Order: sequence, then structure tokens, then C-alpha cells
Amino acid sequence: MALSADESGRLGELLTSRAELVTQRWTEIIAGQLRGRLSQAELVRQVQELHRALVDALSKGAVDLNAEDATELRAVLAEFSRGQARQGFSATETATGVFALKEALLSVLQADQDAGTLRDYVSFSALVDQMGLFTFETFVRTRESLIADQAEQLLELSTPVVKLWEGVVAVPLVGTLDSARAQVVMERLLQTLVDTGSPYAIIDITGVPAVDTQVAQHILKTVVAARLMGADCIISGIRPQIAQTIVALGIEFGDIATKASLADALRHVLRLTGVEASRRQSRREA
Amino acid sequence: MERVPILKIGNILLVSIQVDMSDQTAVALQEDLAERIVATGCHGVIIDITALDIVDSFVGRMLSTIASISRVLDAETVVVGMRPAVAITLVELGLSLNGIRTALNVERGMELIAIDRADDDHDDPDDDLVPEPTASP
Repeated sequence: MALSADESGRLGELLTSRAELVTQRWTEIIAGQLRGRLSQAELVRQVQELHRALVDALSKGAVDLNAEDATELRAVLAEFSRGQARQGFSATETATGVFALKEALLSVLQADQDAGTLRDYVSFSALVDQMGLFTFETFVRTRESLIADQAEQLLELSTPVVKLWEGVVAVPLVGTLDSARAQVVMERLLQTLVDTGSPYAIIDITGVPAVDTQVAQHILKTVVAARLMGADCIISGIRPQIAQTIVALGIEFGDIATKASLADALRHVLRLTGVEASRRQSRREA
Repeated sequence: MERVPILKIGNILLVSIQVDMSDQTAVALQEDLAERIVATGCHGVIIDITALDIVDSFVGRMLSTIASISRVLDAETVVVGMRPAVAITLVELGLSLNGIRTALNVERGMELIAIDRADDDHDDPDDDLVPEPTASP
């Protein structure tokens, strides 16, 4: 619902003439709700900025938040909302920061009782609602981009492939293993096998909080892929609870070697390679 | 028609597939390889698929067939140089290349065959030796 040009003009006039009173009341309402989590000076600055942007937009003749003239107002609202999201305020607190304008306006308008005033107030509150919804949307978008950034960072830092010994690489898995991460782990491990020419890989799941059928499926796929390429995988770091879960779920690791600790796995691999080396030696001697 | 070259290195035949395999190429390779194994008396076959971007069920079946033919002629087959992307695709498709041994590269493949032959050569004397100490007490 858009304001008429008349209403927009009247609101602009009102906000300008009673600027002091409106911003003061507005600030009070927000401050009461935030309970001192934002400094008074900062709060006053934010409210004054919003007030100035609103008056500017109205004086230019904006009748709607989506109008051309309200571009700056939208920018200020988005900035306000983004700041709130990054500082950890809740969505309700952010939206109420804008809706508080209604209450502030009402307390100012109570002075002059007039049928026209009421109609104006209803139109104004429609505009404030629009502003509130816009703030809310920006807030959600900011939060979403924050979450996406963090997920990406997590993916980057969580999948190292380390060389343990000549011909032995290890992947210490830390954190929950979902499909996206499993794919990254698989690709990186297989590529490292090719690059280093290592015939043995140890997958250490000490840092995986829970192993369900899906996680087991991902690990098994990685092992089968490594076998296709001619490398052998050993799974290590299976904690007692995880071992119980694996048995309870009926997950079969088949002929894949599983060890309790990384040290056991390394010893196992060294024994295998040692056998090969001694065989080769005995063949040469023969 | 393109033919896949077969190289003899010591006791091993090396087949490096660098062209897209068609039915005819595959059949020709199987025939050539069988003849060469018999003619040279080699005991190992290494198939290098480093250059292959795509391994589908057709190529998988061809590798299985070659491995079976070689086994009948007493030669061990090792497939080497499979790319990570190829391995992932095969796993996702559920193709497991049954009965085919694999190694990371040609060098490892040659080691694998050498170890196997060593085992075979030593197996007989080992078998004779083992029962003796257990039987004596």
C-alpha cells in the first residue's frame, strides 16, 4: 500500500517539526528492549541516521519503499540491519528497531485529535511495516551469507592429507562427514596417492563424532576407489562407542583392515612393506 | 584401424592404451596379446590406462577379458595408472572391475608381478620345508 503524495508530505513535515521528540521516543523504546547491549551514543547515531534518511526520502516525494527516491533510505536500512546481524542481535530485535517508529509517531500524534490524523497514521504505519520487512529480509540474507562463508572455510581447513612414511599417506578426518566433504576428501586423497606414488593410505576417523551408515558408505567408496587405483586403505582411530555403533548398525567393512589407533595402522603397514622388502631381498640372495 | 602396441620389457609385456577403444581395437588387442604371450613366454602383462579419461563398462569388460585370457596362458595381469576421476566414476557407477589387479604406476606394477613370480618360484620348496619341523617332535 503506497502513501499518497499528500500523506507523504504531511509525514515528512511532521517528522521534521517534531524531530527532537520522535527520535528521543524512538531511541527510548529501542534502548528499553536492548537493555544496554548497545551504547547510548551508538544508538542515538543509528536512530538519527534512519530519521534523516526517512525525512530525505519523504521530502523527495517517495510514496513507497520500492520507489526510486527511496534508494538512500533502503541503503541506510540495509546497513542498519547488516550491523545488527553481525553484532549478534536477534531478528525480532532488529525488526522492532524499525517498528518502534510507529509507537514514537503515535505518542507524538496523540497531541492533536483529528479524524484525518488517524487515517494518516494508518498509512504511515503501512510504510513503516514495509521498512520493517525490508530490514528483516536483509537481516536474513546477511546471516545466510555468514553461514555460507563459514561452511566454505570449514571445508578448506578440514581435509589435509599428510605423508606419514615413505609410501604411506594419512587422512586425519575431523568433524562431521557429509557428502560434500566426503567428495573433497576422496578427490584429495586419490590425487595425493597418484602424486606421491604411495601404495598405502590410512584413513583416521578419531575426529569424526559419529559414524552412521551414510558416513560408512562414503568411507567405503573412498577405499574401493583407492583399490581400483592400486592402493590399499586402512581405517584407524575407531573409538569404542563407534565400534559398537558400527556393529549395531550392521555395517560391514569386509576385508578392509581396521585398527584402533593410528600407531597400530602404521605398524600394520610397515609390517606389510617390511615383508615385501625382505621377500625381495631373499629373492635376490636366492 | 588403430592397433595398440605391445612392448616386451624383460619378462613382462607392456600395453599402453592411448586411443579410444572400439570393438575392433579391443578384439585385435586381445588376439595380439594372446599371440605375444605364447610367442614370448612372458609371465606378466601390464596394461597402462594413464591416458584414458573415460573407463566405461565396455572398457571394464575388455580389461576383465584380457585378464582372463592371460591367466589361462599363465600370465598375471596388472592394470596401472588409473586416474582419480576415473576411479571415483567407477565407484559411483558400482563397477568394481572384479578379478583385475591394480597398481598406482608401471613401476609398482612391475614390482607386483616380480613379487608374485618370486612367491610362485619359492612356494614349492617352502611347502616341502614347512611340514618337516612340525612332523619331527
